[in-house]
Amino acid sequence: MCTYITVTTDVEGSAKGPGGKWFRVTDAAAYYDHPVHAMAEHTLNVDLTDPSAGPGQRIALELTASSAQRLIDTIQQALDAAPDELKVG
Amino acid sequence: MNMSDSLHATTVHLTGTDGADIEAYLATPDGEERRGGVVVIHHLPGYDRATKEMVRRFAELGYDALCPNLYSRQAPGADPSDAAAAVRAAGGIPDEQLVADVETAAAHLRGLPRSNGKVGVIGHCSGGRHAVLAACHADLDAVVDCYGAFVTGTPAADYPLNVTNLVPLLPQLRAPLLGLFGKNDKFPSQDHVAELDEILTAGGKPHTFFSYDDAGHAFFSVDRPSYSVKAANDGWERIETFFADHLGA
Repeated sequence: MCTYITVTTDVEGSAKGPGGKWFRVTDAAAYYDHPVHAMAEHTLNVDLTDPSAGPGQRIALELTASSAQRLIDTIQQALDAAPDELKVG
Repeated sequence: MNMSDSLHATTVHLTGTDGADIEAYLATPDGEERRGGVVVIHHLPGYDRATKEMVRRFAELGYDALCPNLYSRQAPGADPSDAAAAVRAAGGIPDEQLVADVETAAAHLRGLPRSNGKVGVIGHCSGGRHAVLAACHADLDAVVDCYGAFVTGTPAADYPLNVTNLVPLLPQLRAPLLGLFGKNDKFPSQDHVAELDEILTAGGKPHTFFSYDDAGHAFFSVDRPSYSVKAANDGWERIETFFADHLGA
């Protein structure tokens, strides 16, 4: 099914995008729905974007549910391991 | 029926009821015979190659077929997946806009030189819901819903959806409906399909449903793991028969 569910947030950072060029990302969206490319009926999809530069300014991820959960856990571990005084911004 | 399989496919531009420029993909059979038209509604992932292949298939079957890019306003000219992501992040497209764009597409088809005046609509997945939605408002002669979720069924209260079901609109359904579903699908489930069947039967609305064993959601999608050759082949045959019955000259 198309779940229609989309969760969004603003973000601050950079991503390497179309044409191999870095760009500033300002927005993120996450949704569990049909992928475009991944070989699964549904995936956890993440878009990191700069909408001011048009729809093509986007990094797209399509991860199976278990892969997405492992990535979340991995990110959490990396953040937890970093000293609080370094977490600025 | 198209007597040859020669066809012409191209991009056209429509003007929406709000004045917006709407890109659309048009495929027409070569030949002089009068024919019906088919509006193909693309799925949530956008105005993509797989949808355009379906448009060409309808021309090969003998129909003028047209797929409006529902994301033309928000992301003109963008890659389909980028457009879908942008529209999704912005909250999707309103139902009213969908209905208006289908009406615009249907009018374009009826204005083509060999139109017989009849126009059907078909959609898959989110497009299945959209097809039924359009047929509750627009002047259409046949509608095909391929596993559209939330035609019936009520999402859980904590489910963050931007869509509502179409139950309140179903008394307005103005065209015969062919519904094609997979028995392993959860949205729409067989309970959702049964609910739709009951509502349409009670309302005296002509409809024919088929639910396939060993098929889930998106069984027509040739480029996805959900593809089911058995269900898709049978489904295409039923679509051919249905449109021939309702859109024929």
